[in-house]
Amino acid sequence: MYKLISPLMQLVDWPMRAFQSRFGQRRLAWVFLAPNLALFGLFVFLPVILNFAYAMTGSEHILLRDRPFVGAQNFAQLTNCKDYLNPNSCQLDVFWRAVHNTVWFIVLQIGFMVGFSLLTALILNRKIRARGFFRAVFFFPVLLSPVVVALVWKWILQDQGALNGVLSSLGYQPYNWLLDPSWAFGFSVFLTVWFHMGFYTLILLAGLQAIPRDVYEAAAMDAASPWRVFRKITLPLLMPTMIVVLVLALIKGVQTFDELYAFTGGGPGSATTLMIQYIYETGFAGAPRLFGLAAAASILLALVLVALTAVQLWVTRRNANG
Amino acid sequence: MADLQLRSVTKAYGAAEVIKGIDLDVAEGEFCVFVGPSGCGKSTLLRMISGLEPISGGEVKISGDVVNHLGPAERGLAMVFQSYALYPHMTVRQNLSFGLENTRTPKAEIAERVGAAAKMLQIDQLLDRRPKDLSGGQRQRVAIGRAVVREPRIFLFDEPLSNLDAELRVEMRGEISRLHRRIGNTMIYVTHDQVEAMTMADKIAVLRDGRLEQFGRPLDLYNRPENLFVAGFIGSPKMNFFAAEVASGALKLAAGPTFALPEGRFDLREGAKVTLGIRPNALKPAAAGLTLTVADVERLGGESYLYGHSPDGSAITVHSPGQTGVEPGTEIALSPDMAEAHVFDADGRSLRRH
Amino acid sequence: MANFLTRTRGKERLHWTDWLSYAYLLFGVVVMFGPVLWLALSSFKTEAELQHYPPRLLPYIQKTEKIPGYDSALPIFKVTKGALAGQEVAQVRRIGLVAQVVRPDEPGKLVKLPIADRKPVEHVALATSNYVKLFKRFDFLRFLWNSTFITVVATAITLVINSMAAFALSKYAFRGRGTVMALVIGTLMIPQTVVLVPLFLVVRDLGMINSLWGVIIPGAATPTGVFLLRQYMLTIPDEILDAARMDNASEWKIYWRIILPLSAPAIAVLAILSIMWRWNDFLWPLIALTQSKFFTLQLALNSFRGEFNTDWASLLAMTVLTLLPIVAVFAFLQKYIATGIATTGGK
Repeated sequence: MYKLISPLMQLVDWPMRAFQSRFGQRRLAWVFLAPNLALFGLFVFLPVILNFAYAMTGSEHILLRDRPFVGAQNFAQLTNCKDYLNPNSCQLDVFWRAVHNTVWFIVLQIGFMVGFSLLTALILNRKIRARGFFRAVFFFPVLLSPVVVALVWKWILQDQGALNGVLSSLGYQPYNWLLDPSWAFGFSVFLTVWFHMGFYTLILLAGLQAIPRDVYEAAAMDAASPWRVFRKITLPLLMPTMIVVLVLALIKGVQTFDELYAFTGGGPGSATTLMIQYIYETGFAGAPRLFGLAAAASILLALVLVALTAVQLWVTRRNANG
Repeated sequence: MADLQLRSVTKAYGAAEVIKGIDLDVAEGEFCVFVGPSGCGKSTLLRMISGLEPISGGEVKISGDVVNHLGPAERGLAMVFQSYALYPHMTVRQNLSFGLENTRTPKAEIAERVGAAAKMLQIDQLLDRRPKDLSGGQRQRVAIGRAVVREPRIFLFDEPLSNLDAELRVEMRGEISRLHRRIGNTMIYVTHDQVEAMTMADKIAVLRDGRLEQFGRPLDLYNRPENLFVAGFIGSPKMNFFAAEVASGALKLAAGPTFALPEGRFDLREGAKVTLGIRPNALKPAAAGLTLTVADVERLGGESYLYGHSPDGSAITVHSPGQTGVEPGTEIALSPDMAEAHVFDADGRSLRRH
Repeated sequence: MANFLTRTRGKERLHWTDWLSYAYLLFGVVVMFGPVLWLALSSFKTEAELQHYPPRLLPYIQKTEKIPGYDSALPIFKVTKGALAGQEVAQVRRIGLVAQVVRPDEPGKLVKLPIADRKPVEHVALATSNYVKLFKRFDFLRFLWNSTFITVVATAITLVINSMAAFALSKYAFRGRGTVMALVIGTLMIPQTVVLVPLFLVVRDLGMINSLWGVIIPGAATPTGVFLLRQYMLTIPDEILDAARMDNASEWKIYWRIILPLSAPAIAVLAILSIMWRWNDFLWPLIALTQSKFFTLQLALNSFRGEFNTDWASLLAMTVLTLLPIVAVFAFLQKYIATGIATTGGK
């Protein structure tokens, strides 16, 4: 591979050398940065600005110059609710249902995810045989694609699937799980926990293994009971890692889309529609394409994410500084 | 082969000036050592000569040509780094030939030069190994070899021996000296170790705080230090210093006794506060004189060192050849050999007449 | 319970907490591996077996036999009741609840049987018909090519431009470096999901909607990659670069002859991450690629999914083929992947 690209690199050497002797070594840094920065500018920073432009203009036109300025109207529509706790009282009830779903989804998902990840990490941190194998078992779903994960579980949960097969052999009636809003939502939470918990287990396991052994040895010398060791040593020393896990899970949870879209398509009804899916359907899937509304919704989402990411950076920096 | 001239060379990072105007002439074929305590600017000065560090002011001339504007590659120098800086992913052979390939030297010539250098440095069996499979001394040889194959006008060494253990350091010291005698190039060598400087150098430049304190042959620096700093820095163990006052042509020490100085050697002004410097081997036990309260005795068999202090609290080191019966806690009287005395004024400048 | 939660471990004999741990781990193996194995097994079932309810664990194939006088091989049944009880017969056709069968040794003589009185003769075997159909009836190779092209090209571009940027940010002191670092952190805060609308418009204006390049280019510069590589490059001693400069190497040559090879471990991690991101990518391709001839495997899988009638036979086979490369990569590079994902936060 390296041998293959070497002649190509040699080709670039000449113009770079010319630039270097003309403008000096320090300005060369900008040449190295240029491609990356150009893509960031074009596909990240420009869209951020455009996002505001679209959020403040209306109509179905796609070109900015055809779109009339509507000010905060899109935001007003999104936030027009009699009672924020009751999506039906809102002008855009689907949006608020998505918000409600997202909040519930995150609360449940993070609870189960952190619980199972911690339990698994603690067990994997014990002296067990074939630890590498078991770690790989819990980790491997992380690598699967969201669509594959969704199909794996759909195949089990479909009306003639394995779950119903097992249940009917035990004498229960088969049930169409994904057509029931509550079960569909419950299985959505389960599926994402199944999908992602290996990742958090890995981080927590690394955190556990970073706790120095001599702390435990000192505790053993102090005749601390195992439960006290866990409460007074393991948990406090694992806390920084736990916070990282929580914040990461939050950031990713808010952005959940792929696996649920392929799993339930947001249904039945809008029972499993989350924020991103609302944006996708408003802006791209449905007709008319309401770009303004979708942009406004994504700005609201971005506010949440920026806050969460700022917390994450702050936490990791604090951890890094000891 | 080339000579090197520095003309009021300065270096500043923002407002902080780290090299404060240095003038220096290194003659062709000379082995010149920059020595000084850490942070004195010796490595920075070397990197300015190499072209790795831009020069803020003054001129660097190689063979009479100003090279300030030239990059490191164009100055025709080679450098041996403190950490050796071998390319870890290349074999020894590739390490040696990388520089020559960059200058589009013909393949045959590269092979020949690499072979010759490897043979000279006795690394010809190691050519296909990678740096991680080499010992410290072998890495050092490869680093030197990488400079040798380039056939540079001037060799630069940046504390090359500081990562080696004591025994190997002595061996490599000899090796570099032999290399210099053999190929005769101009070499500039940076170290913080004055023993290295004394044993290897044709000329030593003592630097402190971005300034050149003294430049000269090793024994000149030892015998005629121009100031208190050089007197204290060159020579091991360190020179002893005593506060004194000039009283009718002799020195009255703050510790009590008075000693006469050789006639006419120093510029003395009656009543001036001065510092007397006496090397440890110029202090001899005597019936009467300077009182030393012995705190520690080091017996090395062939020689002994006494450590202690005078009545006014100045630290004293005495070197005595052979073995000594002096015990810690006792007091003995010392008499300095005033023919080897150094006298410095209140600003630290030597009062010796030239 | 308490002991179970700490690092203290069983000495010579297994403590009961050890048994509990192993029980949990084995349960984990079933829950984590089981579904995927089930899917893989199912993909080797015939259409008929897929309709079988309740489903059976292993794939079965009904025995068939070529009977003289009939064009195609006939399915073999065992008769359970009546005059022919215990004998194997070949079914010619089925009309309602009545099956017309013949005995293999008497192919001329049609016998009528109630369908309840016969049982198919089956054996365990892997049916490859779903896979064959996938290649014959669907444009599977095109989807595979689209996915592969996007993954390989995008990863190559990402590696080159990210390592260039990381080199500049780790090895040069230049005015504006702090600002650039802040910008990179900024992009970390703006995931693609929140700029979907304007990103679509930008890519559309560049004429890259319904083009594989429209998927490749926008995500090629990753802040994660820049961070990861920069962090690694900071550990490469500057003296090595100085040595190369003394050796007449240009800055570009230092980048590709010194820095790139020395960063190989970090580059490998980023390569694996990028391959995973790209192969599994869904939302942006879903928006940028609307014509089926540009579909990636993920999009094709998703498009197979009907509300009520799903062509499971093809879908299962395609799912297996889609996850195969990732499983292969994982099997070989498990260690790299785990550390890579743990150090970057996976995104």
